Amino acid sequence: MPEIRNMTMNFGPQHPAAHGVLRLVLEMDGEVIERADPHIGLLHRGTEKLAESKPFNQSIGYMDRLDYVSMMCNEHAYVMAIEKLLGVTPPLRAQYIRVMFDEITRVLNHLMWLGTHGLDVGAMTMFLYCFREREDLMDCYEAVSGTRMHATYYRPGGVYRDLPSMMPKYEASKWHKQEEVDRLNENRQGSLLDYIASFTDRFPGCIDEYETLLTDNRIWKQRTVGIGVVSPERALQLGFTGPMLRGSGIEWDLRKKQPYEVYDQMDFDIPVGTDGDCYDRYLVRVEEMRQSNRIIKQCVDWLRQNPGPVMIDDHKLVPPRREEMKEDMESLIHHFKLFTEGYCVPEGEFYSAIEHPKGEFGIYLISDGANKPYRLKVRAPGFAHLSSMNEMVKGHMLSDVVAVIGTQDIVFGEIDR
Amino acid sequence: MTDSSANLVAKLEDRFSNELIDCITDRDQVTVILAADDLLSVCTVLRDEEQFAFTQLSDLCGVDYSTYGQVDWSTQETTSTGFSRGRQGNDQANSHNTNERYAVVYHLLSITHNIRLRIRCYVTDEYPRIASVSAIWSSADWFEREAFDLFGILFEGHPDLRRLLTDYGFIGHPFRKDFPLEGNVEVRYDPDKKRVIYEPVTITNRVLVPRVIRDDNRFTTPTEEQSDA
Repeated sequence: MPEIRNMTMNFGPQHPAAHGVLRLVLEMDGEVIERADPHIGLLHRGTEKLAESKPFNQSIGYMDRLDYVSMMCNEHAYVMAIEKLLGVTPPLRAQYIRVMFDEITRVLNHLMWLGTHGLDVGAMTMFLYCFREREDLMDCYEAVSGTRMHATYYRPGGVYRDLPSMMPKYEASKWHKQEEVDRLNENRQGSLLDYIASFTDRFPGCIDEYETLLTDNRIWKQRTVGIGVVSPERALQLGFTGPMLRGSGIEWDLRKKQPYEVYDQMDFDIPVGTDGDCYDRYLVRVEEMRQSNRIIKQCVDWLRQNPGPVMIDDHKLVPPRREEMKEDMESLIHHFKLFTEGYCVPEGEFYSAIEHPKGEFGIYLISDGANKPYRLKVRAPGFAHLSSMNEMVKGHMLSDVVAVIGTQDIVFGEIDR
Repeated sequence: MTDSSANLVAKLEDRFSNELIDCITDRDQVTVILAADDLLSVCTVLRDEEQFAFTQLSDLCGVDYSTYGQVDWSTQETTSTGFSRGRQGNDQANSHNTNERYAVVYHLLSITHNIRLRIRCYVTDEYPRIASVSAIWSSADWFEREAFDLFGILFEGHPDLRRLLTDYGFIGHPFRKDFPLEGNVEVRYDPDKKRVIYEPVTITNRVLVPRVIRDDNRFTTPTEEQSDA
């Protein structure tokens, strides 16, 4: 009798379905997973240590690079922690802008998740559809901050600048004819808010398109129903948050339960799953996109009617306007001090948590009164989700590992930090 | 949430009158300081008893307090050495309080009562060790591996305490304050040996913005008002 042993298989770190640099050591019995051991850290950049060596404002850009598919939400948690330690409140308009962009970011993230999850499981059209709408939202990022991804738009005390009154337009070139450009520019004639409003009118139809392709699709259901089931008790134990927790049937959303900014003014619902499998988490996330769309609409209405400042008027924290600097000695001094030294944050510690598209994204900030953080800890939702990988895939087939990685919505920027 | 945090403090002080070293409410967040020996018993009660029901451990992290409050540049009186912008970083001496260098900070969340609690345990200096809470909350597993990797804190009773974030075969604990920001080794591909090799770092750390602490009255006032109230 030959000895039969389990086979150990290496999944990643360069596997397209590993969503980045996940190295998964799988112990297999035939095609069934006996044990999964994720090796992470291949994208570890020491963000938290780097933040300790920089003034507070210089780390905002690093936050974008944590979870690089939901940039502004990361900034939000960090900026909110600083604001709470300083004891400042941003103007109301800035809070609405933040909420609007948080929800735009949520849609961006869920579109990315839906596209790649679909692609992994075999629905290639999803990827193309989702990236079509993602492109429009990326243009909103670009219009408001000048960059498509790493915005650095939220600042302690508000947001960097007000929403632009006109959208950038496409120009005709060798590759794009005038008629084509005119068609692309159709909804870009007005302000950014007009553009976002036209998107929110169109977007529910797009979600219907996605759902037509997937929700009742036999192959999609075969790949996701009953896969990676997590009971509500285990979900809490394993530190699940966000759609992963709601998919298991626990109604918990920080936007409702511990509202920050103006989420308590918003009218929206929290979708909850029942079975805790990949299919329920898919339904939860798709419904979240619809709810985000509702919130964006409400923000657009409010922002249209209420112009005002988007940044507090305190030049110890916020740089003065460039025109003022040319005339006013005080402004020049403030600018110089702010950019050579930054501001000192009073001694204390604060844990600020926001409902990030992936779950609870927390920033634990300890300040000893200096102009740099003493310790910054990033609580990444994906970190807790990935740590449950072994439990979720045990007893499943190899191809289900891909579905579970997809449903966990893993991004290595935030897990490895 | 002010009522509920005051309520929580009252419940904690009532239930753990012997164990609590200190209980602080700052900016509406409750922090409890525990001795490392009491950690497991208190945490079990916090999870299981209905009045607390902290069913989730949101976060666990290590903190190195060895350079707390130290600055690069004196702001109270004029320095005799002056300050140049291109400064060589990190020559701070280890002038810390010897038996409280490290701390492990736990963030708990109670979904039934919608409240958070922070627990801080100081651990002794030379060989920091503390009991593992991974049997109480499964999510502690990786968080403890991370704290072990980055700070060298040993979690006794952890089922699988391996390095998590750093390279295979990494030496040192990078988030300790005496570990240089630029690291100790760098890697490159050696065309002669036809493999990736490790070498001592060739870069130096230049501090462009000095670390300073300034007393700013405007920002200290609201905190004091909060603690009075």
